Amino acid sequence: MTAYEKLMAARDANKLTAVDYIAHMFGDSFIEMHGDRRYSDDKAIIAGLAMLYDTPITVIGIEKGRNTKERVERNFGQAHPEGYRKALRLMKQAEKFHRPVLCFVDTSGAYPGIGAEERGQGQAIAENLMEMMTLKTPILSIVIGEGGSGGALALAVADEVWMMEDSVYSVISPEGCASILWKDSTKAPQAAEALKITAQDLFNLGVIERIVRQPKAEDTAMFESLKLLVSRTFEKNLALTDDELTANRYERFRKIGKPLD
Amino acid sequence: MDLFSFRKPKNELESTNDENKNVPFVPQEMWIKCPKCNTMLLTTDMQENLHVCTRCDHHFRMNGRQRVEMLADADTFVEQDAELESTNILDFPGYDAKLEKARLSGSKEAVICGECKIGGIDCELCVMDSDFMIGSMGTVTGEKITRAFEYATENKLPIIVFTISGGARMQEGILSLMQMAKTSGAAKRHSDAGLLYITVLTDPTTGGVTASFAMEGDIILAEPDTLIGFAGQRVIEQTIRQKLPKDFQKSEFLLQKGFIDAVVSRSNLKNTLVKLLKLHGYSDKGAE
Repeated sequence: MTAYEKLMAARDANKLTAVDYIAHMFGDSFIEMHGDRRYSDDKAIIAGLAMLYDTPITVIGIEKGRNTKERVERNFGQAHPEGYRKALRLMKQAEKFHRPVLCFVDTSGAYPGIGAEERGQGQAIAENLMEMMTLKTPILSIVIGEGGSGGALALAVADEVWMMEDSVYSVISPEGCASILWKDSTKAPQAAEALKITAQDLFNLGVIERIVRQPKAEDTAMFESLKLLVSRTFEKNLALTDDELTANRYERFRKIGKPLD
Repeated sequence: MDLFSFRKPKNELESTNDENKNVPFVPQEMWIKCPKCNTMLLTTDMQENLHVCTRCDHHFRMNGRQRVEMLADADTFVEQDAELESTNILDFPGYDAKLEKARLSGSKEAVICGECKIGGIDCELCVMDSDFMIGSMGTVTGEKITRAFEYATENKLPIIVFTISGGARMQEGILSLMQMAKTSGAAKRHSDAGLLYITVLTDPTTGGVTASFAMEGDIILAEPDTLIGFAGQRVIEQTIRQKLPKDFQKSEFLLQKGFIDAVVSRSNLKNTLVKLLKLHGYSDKGAE
């Protein structure tokens, strides 16, 4: 598959969304929590508590919606600042109770709108990056569809970042890149190639730790194995001291783009 | 006598150019037109006035070197990591040529970092450089800023960062995006060490820089009429299909919405920074 085909697959309307992953992995144990306690509840982000086997965890996902009605309600998975602030509120709560945090990332980007700018989209994302870096509880982020720029990174400052095999993660949409650099958005396929956005590319660049095989809706065995992988990663990181955990997380990002000297 | 002869330029230089007899000859860099009030300003006057229009207070863009010169006490700036240069790490088409062109400006990277004294006070200073791809944040930019924060943390120094940026550098793909997390992590460590971080947002500060270290200062200042935002205006207009209000994403707008501490004129900037440093207990140690 070319990078552009992967991009199309990542955006496929029939692809499983965060809600599906939560339902298949945590079933009835999931309790949704709402609101940022400051402005409103952003439905582009679904968040709550769930049981991962015997361990309570905090789950946060960017939700695109599975049909037209849901997509409109979820703002097509484009979060506002209050969405990122809700996520941070629940991460801070997770830290208090020493619950691991699992994030599902699936967004074309943070919402570009007047209200979003008025309420500090940049500030909200920046605060998440800063606070997540030293959050004293394990964080694991999985890109399940599109990882669109800062709006995705705001839920992906984690101990490990994984990607589904048909997902992408990029600094800018290939369409946006092509239209800015080459004044021609139809050159998106070339931009997709050049930007190195596929799971394999990111793995090769050392930006992600694992490529996960995409589960199908009814494939309980696949979800079971994903649960097991997640659980093992949390166990490993729960065994670390807070200092070790945050030092590892810092080093994980610190080494990216370090020139050889 | 021609009634309007007084309107004719007295400048003899006009006739020296035979090919363009009708075009008045103006030495290219001698005059500059203020984009805000349309006044023609003598470039030297404008430059001596801290690159601010003498008539309407419009703040012209300054490059990194000019800013360092304006801020740091004379002969105190010791540049760090000046040798670090961007390379085409992803083999992105056209990027080599772009880098070459950016270096023609004399800048090697989109940020200049170093230690200096400001009003006699030791301080780490990072100035993003409009001359280098309008301050686009690549991996080397992120690395230099991260090192500056780490150096300041280690040496218990306050840090001042001047931002100007179109955002993350797309030619370095995901690696640029990761610099947002990296710099934020370094800023957090500096903050956790109880040290002061001041950001000064200058025109324009957008995208990934806004959504990382630009908005992470203990104190956030901005120059007047500065564009500050996350999303680009064209993208917003295309998304919402309406024209944006005129002051949208300007520093005065952000001040009103509660996202910056103060809008400070360039003529007051150094003063204000020195005051703030002193209010945090940093003092002029070498004064006696």
